[in-house]
Amino acid sequence: MSKYTIEVSNLVKRYGNFEAVKGISFNVNKGEIFGFLGPNGAGKTTTVHILTTIIDKTSGDAYVCGYDVSKQKEKVRENIGIVFQDPSLDDRLTGYENLDFHAMIYGINKEYRRKRIKEALEMVELEDKADTLVMYYSGGMKRRLEIARGLLNQPEVLFLDEPTVGLDVQTRRHILDYIKALRDRYKMTIFLTTHYIEEADYLCDRIAIIDHGKIIALDTPENLKKSIGGDTLSLTLKHKSDIKIILNALSRLDVIEDVKVENNSIYLILKDASSNIVDIMNIAYNKNVAIEKVEIRRPSLEDVFIHYTGRSIREEEGSNLDRIRMRLRAGMR
Amino acid sequence: MNREFAAIYVLWLRALKRFIRSPSQIIGSVAMPLLFLIFLGLGFSNVKFPGLPSNLDYIDFLVPGILGMSMLFAATTAGISLLWDRQFGFLKEVMVAPVSRLSIMLGRTLGGVTTAFIQSIMLIIFSILIGFKIISVLGLIASFIFMLLIGLIFVSLGLIIASVMSDIQGFGLILNLLIFPLFFLSGALYPLNVLPKYVRYIVYLNPLTYGIDGIRGALINFSIFGETNDFIILLIVAAASLSIGAHAFSKAKIV
Repeated sequence: MSKYTIEVSNLVKRYGNFEAVKGISFNVNKGEIFGFLGPNGAGKTTTVHILTTIIDKTSGDAYVCGYDVSKQKEKVRENIGIVFQDPSLDDRLTGYENLDFHAMIYGINKEYRRKRIKEALEMVELEDKADTLVMYYSGGMKRRLEIARGLLNQPEVLFLDEPTVGLDVQTRRHILDYIKALRDRYKMTIFLTTHYIEEADYLCDRIAIIDHGKIIALDTPENLKKSIGGDTLSLTLKHKSDIKIILNALSRLDVIEDVKVENNSIYLILKDASSNIVDIMNIAYNKNVAIEKVEIRRPSLEDVFIHYTGRSIREEEGSNLDRIRMRLRAGMR
Repeated sequence: MNREFAAIYVLWLRALKRFIRSPSQIIGSVAMPLLFLIFLGLGFSNVKFPGLPSNLDYIDFLVPGILGMSMLFAATTAGISLLWDRQFGFLKEVMVAPVSRLSIMLGRTLGGVTTAFIQSIMLIIFSILIGFKIISVLGLIASFIFMLLIGLIFVSLGLIIASVMSDIQGFGLILNLLIFPLFFLSGALYPLNVLPKYVRYIVYLNPLTYGIDGIRGALINFSIFGETNDFIILLIVAAASLSIGAHAFSKAKIV
């Protein structure tokens, strides 16, 4: 078996003239939480659908747990668990029935079934709702039930497509903690897509930033942040006239990589702001420059995204209404 | 447990549970054939159709036709449930399971046939209440076989059409356009010999004709083609429609 749990090279998906996925390549290690971060329409769900055998790729190679996703579909399906972006529960069945039916289709014996369903329901804290029809569940409960369902066949890889979309902030945090616990408890490999930057930052061991069907950066969150340069130290001066003086004095410091001036603020870009701040403050003190405010900002993943794509991920999110419309449109075609 | 059998069983059980939990679906689907039975039965009770034995009441002639109708209508129900499952995502959950498309198709078909069969049983009970006479238990059992075969044929038809469509409203319209002619041209409401010759050829191409003829033979001992012939024809058509259904399912859109 191959070294990687997921292996993808030059994967392409075309719909007519439109290329949804434009030749992406990446590998996912066993036991890591790997994130696909990008705006809606970047090709995240398309990739998940290819890897989970729901749609066929146009070209390229993709292996999950060593099996070819287009030639060994059933083998792939046996080894994965999926939580889809849109709900996929039967809401006229109870939570328990949804899990029980799923486990039966995956060929799990009766005695194991009971045990695993119990364990999965405990994991997502839904034991007391097991016999309630899913139509009476809240959005967060449905999501949790779907995560529980994805675990029943003890998959090698769990795919989570936008696991927290449409949930309130508190529920989101809850779901994220479940996902973390899964990896810690079962050493499960998790492939996750999201357009929430904080989510990717909080959860993922490695992140691929995907935009317009291409991976534009792939690394650990830390390295991604480092890759776009250092911290920003901003000094707001009391008197605008002091700017020239302090810039002159600071030019001796070779740790400063870049300088920007805006009104009476100076923005210094440097590798490690917290260890250089003392020197900088001393220089200002010696030159009698009065400083009103100091601020250190570390680059965020948001900055990384802007750096690589030239725009903010939030501009691309689209309103909820758009999403509903998109789904309706997809259904009516 | 074998996964394929488990999948068939699960999808069948699911259809049943959903059916039982939805009283409006039960009432709605039984009400339509029941209204046909009551109003046509009342309206035509004194009409004499040429070719019918004189000792045969119209209501006795009509009941098998209405039973065929109730099995025919299962096509729409099964198709719409497939479209809803696609719309609401449950289809994805089933289609990514490590089982063959054939099992998924079979499970859904059996589910649709079973729920339609329950409706038909309810119709039979009601018919007996309003004066329908059953000749023999063996005949009753034989009629069940014909009903199940009709169900198999038309549920697969519904699933085949639904697997290539995604528009729920459009599906309803197209199916009505298909189902009502099938119903009217099946000998369900009047004997075939009252129809002009060229229309009769269409009737002979309609599998429902043989289904209803078979039910009539079994229940009231009045059959034009003979029950064995009916049975063989239905069996062949059912096998064909199931295999086309399995093929359609292997190509069906999931999202």
